[in-house]
Amino acid sequence: MAASNSRSCLQYLLHLAHDNLDFRLPEIKALLALRTKPFRPCENFKEKSPFWCLDGLCEDDVRSIMARSVCAKSAFELWGHGQTHSELKTSILNYPLENMSPFMHKNSTYRINVYTFNKTLQFADRIKRIDAMEYLPFEGTVSLKDPENIFCLLEDYGTDPNNIPEDPNYIYFGRWIADGQRELIRSHSVKNRHFIGNTSMDAGLSFLMANHAKVKENDLIFDPFVGTGSLLVACSHFGAYVCGTDIDYNTIHGKGRSSRKNQKWRGPDENIRANLRQYGTERMYLDVMVSDAAKPVWRKAALFDAIITDPPYGIRESTRKTGSHKDITKPPDGIYVESHVPVSQAYHLSDIFTDLLNFSAHHLVIGGRVVYWLPVYRPEYCEEMVPLHPCLRLISNCEQTLSSHTSRRLITMEKIKEPEELDSLAHLSDPRFSPYQGHNAFREKYFSGLNKRCGKEDNKSEVNGE
Amino acid sequence: MKLLTHNMLTSHVKGVSKGYPLLIKATEVKVNEVDFNPKFVSRMIPKLEWGALVQAAEGLGHRQDLPGELVSDYEQNEDFLKKVHRILLEVEVMEGCLQCPESGREFPISKGIPNMLLNEDEV
Repeated sequence: MAASNSRSCLQYLLHLAHDNLDFRLPEIKALLALRTKPFRPCENFKEKSPFWCLDGLCEDDVRSIMARSVCAKSAFELWGHGQTHSELKTSILNYPLENMSPFMHKNSTYRINVYTFNKTLQFADRIKRIDAMEYLPFEGTVSLKDPENIFCLLEDYGTDPNNIPEDPNYIYFGRWIADGQRELIRSHSVKNRHFIGNTSMDAGLSFLMANHAKVKENDLIFDPFVGTGSLLVACSHFGAYVCGTDIDYNTIHGKGRSSRKNQKWRGPDENIRANLRQYGTERMYLDVMVSDAAKPVWRKAALFDAIITDPPYGIRESTRKTGSHKDITKPPDGIYVESHVPVSQAYHLSDIFTDLLNFSAHHLVIGGRVVYWLPVYRPEYCEEMVPLHPCLRLISNCEQTLSSHTSRRLITMEKIKEPEELDSLAHLSDPRFSPYQGHNAFREKYFSGLNKRCGKEDNKSEVNGE
Repeated sequence: MKLLTHNMLTSHVKGVSKGYPLLIKATEVKVNEVDFNPKFVSRMIPKLEWGALVQAAEGLGHRQDLPGELVSDYEQNEDFLKKVHRILLEVEVMEGCLQCPESGREFPISKGIPNMLLNEDEV
């Protein structure tokens, strides 16, 4: 028991991938929340650094984060750290021997890796680094191929590739615990996926969204703009049962033109179910339906543990809902033929978000999350433009830049209470929705920047933008 | 369409007040084996409209001997959970339609996928 006590105050080091910087903290926080653990960084925490030290966790917490994270590369039990190698040595020698000895005893095998961030070391220099650590009381034997324990010396040379210091800014040493799930980005790449569309979400961001949404085993997840089901693929990988709807009959049935370069038409088995089958998660497939997100078909109940979606913004896919402003000419006998495609009309972005939040307020379980992308015209963006709802609490808001003047923001909200009568109307007249009112409001701005760039007004627009 | 999905669907035809449950008119029903997961089934049972589920299973000839009233200690009853698993996730309506019980509007199911779109004069 004594050993477990001293082990409970350990510090852990996360090594994070240096991309999608905005998305990392909400991901790690969400994964910790799944284990009801708080995010407790050690002092001198810098969000943009590739190395984070965390307090108040046990090894199982760390393993469970790494079993899910697409942001974190590896995790270590931190044995020592410092600004110089001599500081590191002092720090390691102060580390309780009883924490180290189970991994250094006589019959064990081990290996030491050297990792440098923002600098490449020569092989000889790596060996020198390892040799310099002979003060560590290793009793086991080195095994490069298949060691029981792996240790890592990590050197941080800052984040500026044009200004790499001679000596590292900071050094860490620790026992390797687990790697993250970066491999999923390759193994689930859209390039090798059976069924894709023009706007299929890339694999890394899909898993990131599932993590932000706190998707867990045996959850029920819904995507109201399912498209080719990229988000369902990610959620099913984490053990959730998935369903989705889309207004586009051809997409849901996997018909029509292929999105692939060398293929004109989609094959007979190109559909969402086949995508899940490809990754071995067909058992998590519930259903997809042809349905209009503006006219939900679900009975009033808290059915879903999370709602994850990428709504159309009107850039590469149109925003449509059923219905028409024009006078409708019904067939004389009042019966539409089987193949009738209902007339659709513009679905304003503001209405898409209002509908999505209202739907989430009614159909999420308490504590369930809605995660979606909000397109943003950057010169006009302010935080007040993010739609709110009285039943949903904003958890995170992360920007992914698309161009100099446009980006999209991943919005995560959590349901905190059941809706009352007034709640659904509360924000309909809210001025924060005005940037998204009018059909193609975002589309016009998106392309306005591109057009201006070709013309003389280039400078002017940049001045206005600032 | 699986019966779990059917249990969560309601008619959204304009002006309809009693749109639940939708009537299933099936011309082709398939049973696809799905891995049994007692935890998920136990988790879903409180969310279900039990009466509607049993009625839908009965209509497709897959009720087995499931009771009209939900039993109380289902979490320990693996035999019961397996039967619920079968009707929630394994029985699938491939062809047919869903009918709104009040307006009579039919929504076609083709290749297992319901088409819930309303026509332009119905919204």
